[in-house]
Amino acid sequence: MAVGAGAHAITVSQDCLTRNDWICFDYVRTRSDQILEALQEHVYITAVSLVFGFAVAFGLALLARRRPRLRGLVLGVSTGLYTIPSLALFPLLLIPGLALWGGLSSTTVIIGLVLYSLTILTRGILAGLDGVSPDVKESALGMGYGRRRLLWQVELPMALPTVFAALRVAAVSTVALTTVGVIVGHGGLGNLIFQGFQSNFNAQVLTASVLCVVLAVIADLLLVGVERLMTPWRRVAA
Amino acid sequence: MDLLFDAFGWLADGANWQGSAGVPARLFEHLWLTAISMAIACAVALPVGLWLGHLGRGGTLAINISNVGRAVPTLAILVLLVLSPVGLSIWATILALVAFAVPPVLTNTYVGMREVDRDAVEAARGMGMSGLQLLRRVEAPLAVPLIMNGVRLATVQVVATATIAALVAGPGLGRIITAGFGRRDYPQMVAGAILVAVLALLIEVLMELLQRRVDPLRAARSTGAQPAAEVLPVIQA
Repeated sequence: MAVGAGAHAITVSQDCLTRNDWICFDYVRTRSDQILEALQEHVYITAVSLVFGFAVAFGLALLARRRPRLRGLVLGVSTGLYTIPSLALFPLLLIPGLALWGGLSSTTVIIGLVLYSLTILTRGILAGLDGVSPDVKESALGMGYGRRRLLWQVELPMALPTVFAALRVAAVSTVALTTVGVIVGHGGLGNLIFQGFQSNFNAQVLTASVLCVVLAVIADLLLVGVERLMTPWRRVAA
Repeated sequence: MDLLFDAFGWLADGANWQGSAGVPARLFEHLWLTAISMAIACAVALPVGLWLGHLGRGGTLAINISNVGRAVPTLAILVLLVLSPVGLSIWATILALVAFAVPPVLTNTYVGMREVDRDAVEAARGMGMSGLQLLRRVEAPLAVPLIMNGVRLATVQVVATATIAALVAGPGLGRIITAGFGRRDYPQMVAGAILVAVLALLIEVLMELLQRRVDPLRAARSTGAQPAAEVLPVIQA
């Protein structure tokens, strides 16, 4: 008797996929290939965007410092770009994209994300370099440091905390913004979220969303770790 | 560049400017959605920010909430809300927009209130002002530039988020982009993107003008009366 009742209860619905549960480990188990693929694309797009974004922002910041007249232009243009909604920026990039790099590709998303990160990163790098105390620079010059050595050995190390603060903001928002890349077919985890919405698949939406947040947290922690490694003198003080 | 010409062709086609899916109708939806979301967000965030700023409490909490908010993708919030019991109604979109508009208004209001010169606050207290009088007549007016900065940032954010809402069938100009995507109609996608970009830039410029207009100390600041400038050092972000 007891066994029969148990068997009956099981047939109601043991399967979280058919019940469309929000949390469903069967989903993670059965679709792990799909999830990994989306995760891979997400990490790739985010990482490449941040590396290129930082390189370009660094160049722009140095340029703005050397030519004060360009400073307003650099900051103004990057702020204007930031105002354009992401869902519009990615399609706009198709205009050069179709001719130059084949339209609906992850390159379109990466270029858009680089443009967005410039606003945060250029400002951060400039603020960090400007924040170095004039006394310190004076003593370095007095000790015979040239401009280049002053930049690499004095100004940049002292600017690192501000630069990393900007990098962390840029990293976290880039991870989140990558999802919108779905509008050109390459949104990493955003593809899963959007497909999950279209097919009313709760587990897929929640899993991909949580993974996005986890990725953002990991990126943030990684940067905190790198910052600690790169600024050993701050640990001694603390 | 052909794509750009085709997009302008789409914009020049009168048929795309008519009916419930036409440009004017979508533009109206977008503006209406932005306005109502901002009204709700301000009604929630302004009193809380003013009060917490006046008391000087809860600042780290408010700032932490907006930092965490940055890590959650807009798309995820929108889809989760639409699939939740709130469902596909317009309220799911409005709720998401409000959620994204509250943090900038709240943190900027709080910081604006905290950055009011302590000497001015002490002087007002010394004159016998009550807490509420102090808030209304000294702190809030001095905090206006930063509060308006928050409102401007939030408005720009809401215009952008309302666009993304089109991915989950929300109304507004974003629908022109998503409909184009659905039909593999690139010229329409680009045309929609141009409209959205122009709208966002226009709203940014208008909000900046408004920000300058509503500053109660504008006259004092622009006529070179120094005291006001000293009361509010480097307040414009």
